[in-house]
Amino acid sequence: MSGILAVLEQRDGNLHKMSLEALAAAQQLGTELGLPVFAAVLGAEPEGLSGYQFDKLHVLEHDLLKQYTPDGYVIALKELIGRHGPKYILFPHTYQVRDFAPKLATSLGRVLVSDVVSHRVENGALILVRQLFQGKINADVRFEGDAPYFASIQAGAFRAGSLQTGSAPVEKSTPELTASQIRTKPGELFRESARAVDLGAAEIIVSVGRGIREAENIPVVQKLAEALGAELAASRPICDNGWLPMERQVGSSGQTVAPKMYVAVGISGAIQHLVGMKSSKTIVAINKDPEAPIFEVADYGIVGDLFQVVPAIIEALK
Amino acid sequence: MKIVVAIKQVPARDSLLKVNSAGSWIEDSDLSYEINEPDAYALEAGLQLKEKQGGEVVVVCAGPDRASQTIREALAKGADRAIHIESDETGVSDPLILARIIAKALESEKPDIVLTGLQSDDFGYGQTGVILAEVMGLPHATIIMNIEPEGAGIKVKRELEDGWFQNVEMPLPALLTIQSGATKLRYATLMGIKKAKAKEVKKLAAASLGESGAPSVRVLRIYIPEKTKKSQIFDGPPKEAAAQLVEKLRHEARVI
Repeated sequence: MSGILAVLEQRDGNLHKMSLEALAAAQQLGTELGLPVFAAVLGAEPEGLSGYQFDKLHVLEHDLLKQYTPDGYVIALKELIGRHGPKYILFPHTYQVRDFAPKLATSLGRVLVSDVVSHRVENGALILVRQLFQGKINADVRFEGDAPYFASIQAGAFRAGSLQTGSAPVEKSTPELTASQIRTKPGELFRESARAVDLGAAEIIVSVGRGIREAENIPVVQKLAEALGAELAASRPICDNGWLPMERQVGSSGQTVAPKMYVAVGISGAIQHLVGMKSSKTIVAINKDPEAPIFEVADYGIVGDLFQVVPAIIEALK
Repeated sequence: MKIVVAIKQVPARDSLLKVNSAGSWIEDSDLSYEINEPDAYALEAGLQLKEKQGGEVVVVCAGPDRASQTIREALAKGADRAIHIESDETGVSDPLILARIIAKALESEKPDIVLTGLQSDDFGYGQTGVILAEVMGLPHATIIMNIEPEGAGIKVKRELEDGWFQNVEMPLPALLTIQSGATKLRYATLMGIKKAKAKEVKKLAAASLGESGAPSVRVLRIYIPEKTKKSQIFDGPPKEAAAQLVEKLRHEARVI
C-alpha cells in the first residue's frame, strides 16, 4: 500500500473552498513522507483543479453520484480504495465529509481522525493534532494497526496558496452502483429566507455570544455596536434562542465575514464560530475566561466581566 | 415507535480544565458533570417524537458510576427506561470500539430510530453516531433539524453549510444525529423527578459485551495549546482596560 489520496468535494462542478486545502495537505504530507499524491472527486469533474501538481485525478462518475448520498459515496470510494490501496486518505472537514467519512472508515474497520489542525512527522511516523473540549485542549494522535489511515482537515489548517503548480492526468471511471443500494432519498437544497442583513458589507461588527446570559441583556452590546457604528452579529446559541435573528449569525452555519474590526463579546470561540470570522483585519475579544480559544485569534483582548467592560468601553469611546 | 437516544456525560461547559501530570487526560477530581449538550437536544427530539407518534424512549449511556446522575435526569425529563453501560474508562476511547459496545447493548432492543447528539463536548469526534449507524447496518443522516413521518419511513431536514438545508427521505429503522438548538429543551418536572426513581435502569458491564477489537487510533498526550498569535491582553480593572483598548484601536490598529 502506498500513496496519499485526497478526496475533494464539489457541487454542480464547483469545488468546495476547503478542497484545495485538503489537496495542499496531501501534497505536503506526500513530500514529507515521500509518497505519491492522488485526488478523487465524485459525480463530476469540477473546475479549478488544473494547474496543480499531483499524480492523478480520479473522477468517479455515475448517475447515482450526481446527488450526494452517504451510501453512494461510501460504495464508490470503497471500491476506489480497494483498487488503488492508498495508505493515507485525507478529506476537508466539511459537513458532507462529517456525514460519510466516518461510515467509510468504519466499513473498513478503521477510525477517521477528524478535524485535524496540524501534523508532524517523527521518525517516519505521522502524528496528527486535533482539538478537544471545543479548542481548549489539543491532543497528539497516532494511527494504530494496518492502513488505510483516514483523516479530515480543519478549515485553515493548510493553505491553498501553498499548492505546488503543475499538472495531473485525469482518469474517469464508473463504479458499480445500483439504485437499491442507496437507502436515502435526497431532496433539492434550499434556503429558509432571503438574507436582509449583509454582514459581509459591514466595516465593523460587534458580535455577542453565550456570555450575555439572557435576551434582556442584548441592549448592553447593542449600545456598543451603536457607539462604534457597527452591525450587530451573534454566535449560534444566541440565534438558536431567538435573541437575535438567524440572519445575524456568524460561523460555519451562518455568514462568513472579514470586516475591518470584529469585536467578540462573551464568545468563547468554538471552531464553528472562528471559521466564520478569523480573517477579520482586527479582532477584539472580551471574555471572562482567559483560556477561551477566542483569545487565540484576537489582536486585542480584555479578560473580564462583559457587563462591566462593555459600558466602560462605551464610556471611553465618548 | 421505539426510540433509542444515546447520551453521554461530560464535564460542565464552563469548567476550567487542567491537564493531569501524565498528559493522558484532564484533572477530573474537582469537575462537575452534565449531559453533553448536543445529546440533550437528541433526547428532546426523541421525547417530542414519542409525543407525536407514541411508543417508548430508551436512553443508552456508557460511562462510570457518576453517569447515573445524567441517566436519572433523562428519565426525569420523560425517557421511559435506560441502559447504563458501565465503563470506568474516563480517558480517551476509540469511537469505533465504543460504537461496537453500544450496538451490542442494543441488539435485543431492535429500535425504530436511534438518535445521538451531533458531537460530544469533550472528544468532539462528531462521528460516534455515524459509526454506530454503520455498525448496526442502519441508514443515517446527520445534523438534523426536524423529523416528520413520511409513509413507512421519515422525512428529515438536514442542515448544510452557509445557510443551506436539504430534506432527505429515508426508511426505518434509521439513525439520526441531531443539531443543537433546533428546539427548546424541557426541564424535568417535580412529578417527572419522582417518577424517574421507579424507572428501570439496566446495568451492563462494558466488558461483558464481548471483544470489540483493537484501537485504530491512539492519543499520545493532551495539552493546553500554545498561543500562536501575539494578542495584547488587558486584564486590569474594567475602566483602565477599556481605556487602553480604545487607545490601541485609535492609534495602533487605527480602526476607529
